[in-house]
Amino acid sequence: MSTSNGVNISKGIDWTMVLLYAILVSIGILCIFMVEYRSGTSWVTSFLTGKTNYSKQLLFAGICGLIAIFILLSDSKLYTAFANLLYAFGILLMLLTFVIGKNINGSRSWIPLAGGFNLQPAELCKIFAALALAKFISRQDIDFSKPKSQIIAAVIALSPAALSILQNETGLALVYASFFIVMFREGLPPWILIVGFSFGALVVATLVVEPNLLAIILTAIAGLTIYVMRRMIKRNKNLLVFILLIWAVCVGVQRFAVPYIFNNVFQCYQSQRIYSMVGKDYDCSKNRSAKNERAADKAVKKPDDYNVRQSKIAIGSGGIVGRGFLKGTQTRGKYVPEQHTDFIFTSLGEAFGFIGCFVFLGIYLLMLFRIITIAERQRSTFSRVYAYSVASIMFFHITVNVCMTIGLFPIIGIPLPLISYGGSSLLTFTILIFILIRLDADRQMVLR
Amino acid sequence: MRAYNQSRGRVVQTIFIVVFLVIIGQLLHLQILSAKYRVQAESNARYRKVVYPDRGIIYDRKKRAVLENTTIYDLWITPSELRNIDTASFCKVLSIDIAEFKRRIAGAIIKNTSYKASVFEPLLPPDLFARLNENMYRYPGFSLQERPVRSYPFHAAAGVLGYLGEVDTLFLKRHRNDGYEMGDYAGMSGLENSYEKILMGQRGVQYFIRDNKSRLQGSYENGLFDTIATAGRNLYSSMDIELQQLAEKLLQNKIGSVVAINPKTGGILAMASGPSYDPNMLAGFERKKNIGRLMLDTARPLLNRAIKGQYPPGSTFKPLGALVALDEGVITPAFGYPCMGYYAACGNNVKCLHSGGGHADNLRTALAHSCNAYFSQLFRMAIDNPAYPNAAAGYLKWKEYMNHFGLGVKLGVDLPGEDAGNIPDTARYNKDFGGFARWNSCNILTLGIGQDRMLLTPLQLANVMCIVANKGSYYTPHLVDSIENESGADSVYTARYRKKHLVTNIGNDAYDAIHEAMAEVAISGTASAIKVPGVNYCAKTGTAQNPHGQNHSIFVCFAPKENPRIVVAVVVENAGMGSTWAGPIGGFMMEKYLNDTIAKDRLADVEEIAHTNLIPAAIKKWYADRDAAAQAKAAPREETGVTEDAATEDKRITFDPETEPNRKEPVTIAKNTIALLPNNDQKNKKGNNRQ
Repeated sequence: MSTSNGVNISKGIDWTMVLLYAILVSIGILCIFMVEYRSGTSWVTSFLTGKTNYSKQLLFAGICGLIAIFILLSDSKLYTAFANLLYAFGILLMLLTFVIGKNINGSRSWIPLAGGFNLQPAELCKIFAALALAKFISRQDIDFSKPKSQIIAAVIALSPAALSILQNETGLALVYASFFIVMFREGLPPWILIVGFSFGALVVATLVVEPNLLAIILTAIAGLTIYVMRRMIKRNKNLLVFILLIWAVCVGVQRFAVPYIFNNVFQCYQSQRIYSMVGKDYDCSKNRSAKNERAADKAVKKPDDYNVRQSKIAIGSGGIVGRGFLKGTQTRGKYVPEQHTDFIFTSLGEAFGFIGCFVFLGIYLLMLFRIITIAERQRSTFSRVYAYSVASIMFFHITVNVCMTIGLFPIIGIPLPLISYGGSSLLTFTILIFILIRLDADRQMVLR
Repeated sequence: MRAYNQSRGRVVQTIFIVVFLVIIGQLLHLQILSAKYRVQAESNARYRKVVYPDRGIIYDRKKRAVLENTTIYDLWITPSELRNIDTASFCKVLSIDIAEFKRRIAGAIIKNTSYKASVFEPLLPPDLFARLNENMYRYPGFSLQERPVRSYPFHAAAGVLGYLGEVDTLFLKRHRNDGYEMGDYAGMSGLENSYEKILMGQRGVQYFIRDNKSRLQGSYENGLFDTIATAGRNLYSSMDIELQQLAEKLLQNKIGSVVAINPKTGGILAMASGPSYDPNMLAGFERKKNIGRLMLDTARPLLNRAIKGQYPPGSTFKPLGALVALDEGVITPAFGYPCMGYYAACGNNVKCLHSGGGHADNLRTALAHSCNAYFSQLFRMAIDNPAYPNAAAGYLKWKEYMNHFGLGVKLGVDLPGEDAGNIPDTARYNKDFGGFARWNSCNILTLGIGQDRMLLTPLQLANVMCIVANKGSYYTPHLVDSIENESGADSVYTARYRKKHLVTNIGNDAYDAIHEAMAEVAISGTASAIKVPGVNYCAKTGTAQNPHGQNHSIFVCFAPKENPRIVVAVVVENAGMGSTWAGPIGGFMMEKYLNDTIAKDRLADVEEIAHTNLIPAAIKKWYADRDAAAQAKAAPREETGVTEDAATEDKRITFDPETEPNRKEPVTIAKNTIALLPNNDQKNKKGNNRQ
């Protein structure tokens, strides 16, 4: 290996991935340019002065390119060797934010660096968690079909999430849920996914359907199940207990848990965002945090669905072929808040319409499928698990981000991979992808 | 490697595809299936700015601008930009209280959001503007914006020119495609209204892209949909503004109307209605206050009585009666009638001022002395003309003459809201007298002396004189002679005023006889006291009875006799004899126009007329009450029952219903019934002196 390393670093590198990566980063810079562009001002001069976001993003892209080359030059054994150490380092950094963290937009998740840049350890922790999870699952003494190892894997994946929640970065915390896809691939029993999905459906139903009616429906379902399964129940009384238990849990969730979470755990604006997804209005006077703020004599701002509305208008106004590059009125009018970061997809939707979005999402899908293809051709479990982690993280980001811009998901601050403005995010995904390419280049090796 | 889990890879891929399909489905819904987002995007980002062109100017016959455009300032507010304002001092400058200040800001935000500018105080008075302008830097969020308004350098012709007013929803609905928007001003009456399309010009519309704070970001689609504003075109009117001013001056403190027409063209030289008002009152910063005051005024200064006031013409009708009789061949100019002071042939005596002395020995003397008996006889002869089977047929023929003379029909002057007057139909009389042919010439006798149900507007009165002066032809009376840069499309406006109308086939002999007779009126007849230096004129006085009090003083004339260049009709309500008030007014009008000035020794008379107050006592009392109420700052105006008048402003009211000084009971529904049946009570007790 050491001989081929120096001679030809390009050996075994998956150029399709590199190409897709380059295309997406370019699209991202163009999108930011669209958002920043003002007719009348010379974009060349503003570009050269480097004060605009797109020139900054281009700078980030350059840095990321260097780091990518550095990663390609590195030895893939490095990542297996340092996986646990890096994970520990990441957790440490996250703990550090509680001490020296900088408060940006209400979350203490940033560590200030020199030159006005800030680092968000939670972003980097995605990489470390992916590596650590791969390292853990690929250990020879681990049998992932055992619940114990599954729990340990879940703890590895969810520890940074817990820290993120403490940092008030719910969005980033949710990303770690994507590791369940990886674990599912590695043998997590499917009923966990089914239960998870059912729980989601129950929560949505709680929001949509009137509480008493839902309770009646649930009871009816339970009753019907007991009636259908009465013969089996006769043989096995435990089944009845089990069904009743499920029924009790469901009703409990619906009557108590969900309202409790919305009123006491979430901030008023978060509850409102989720309610507005299903087209309802949340009564903030029930919210504990809102009450606290009111008690502290702070003005409680009633949030509305302005962001989603404007985002949907911008995307919807694109039509089939879009308004054309730099011609989007909503983008130029800055109607969509945070359009260069979380809502970057709207500029694309407005400028290039349905066809543009279709092609763009197609590129993403191609990349995800490519990653899965790469994953499945690995001989080493470490590489495969890591590749699945990359695919899952990216998939989660894309889905949540795009869904929130088109009104299918509550708004949570999650960037669109490789597109959204922001150095941390771009750097994270660059590292994630290029480590994968590096590992893939050495797919003949068995890494542990 | 644990190969047993490889199928899970497929599951993961399937999940990816399903989620992507869901996203694509939602995109399909947003971008292709629902059109509303595109519309919302337009309303978000497209700012439509209307560019107001200068409104056209109206010139008089000597090319003097009777109205001009000036700017006045509105105070605008952008609530989102309010910063640290000394509200107390600001309110003091505007003389409002803080509650009002807050109320207006809240109103502006509700109406127009806090990012867009709204009017805070429209049409600032100059001193307030000056005070604000110095201190504007202290009030961020407020701005002064100019608004074009009219000004009237001659302070005259309010009723003719009309006024501008803010368009309402009904107007917007009617003019959907004309580019008006809420808050625009448009001509509400007078020439401003008739020629609105010419005067307003073509509004330009510019589309801009605006951002989320309503700041303009540049043109929309590079100005693809923009239209250019073109200035309104000017109007050249036949009005003589000095003559108009004189007419208004002479009508001061009187209720009535003066119309002067150039018979050669039909161009209206002056059209005054009393009481009048200074048109500047409805253009400047006090518009709101003034318009309310004018609308509530019981003498109704906003009513243009020249086209909306309807009066029995009285004796001024007699030349027409004679013309009809001459044309029908029932008399010759030599026809005489032995009047003994009354007309007795129909039983109820119609009295005459004169008796015996041969004052009605021929047409000339009869007209000069305005013999009631003579013209009653003429009317009966025309109706009972043996050429027709019965009185009804004779009457129909007579009515046809009247309609040809422009009576009982709308003339088509270029002002909105003209009234037709009234020449009753046979059906009306059938109803009055209980059936067909239950009436005869005797029943409707006083039509022949311009009473009964006959009603004319002053404009019709003047137009009839045009026909007489022109010996049988006329041009439809109009104010606007030509339009700047006139094109074929403008013929909608101008063509009908350039067409000569011929009235029946009455021969020149008949007209000559009438001219002579009317000249005699001025020489030795009822108007002999009225002189126009150096001019021979033809005239007829009238003293019209009416059910609402004193007789109306009426006067018609044309001059010079040899080559008529001006026709004047004057009505002064409840002023008594025609020769006392209306006559001199007509005389001064002719003098001013023909001699271009009024002789110095006569100026005192002009002043005297101008200062004579002939407003009926009831209205005087109303004014006194109003002023007292205003002083006491108590007693809301509604108590005087005047709001009712204002409310019925637009209704077609036959004539001067507001002047009923002799009525004891309060003005009630009876008013309208009286107006519709003006002469019912009069017919049977006729016989007062008529000139």
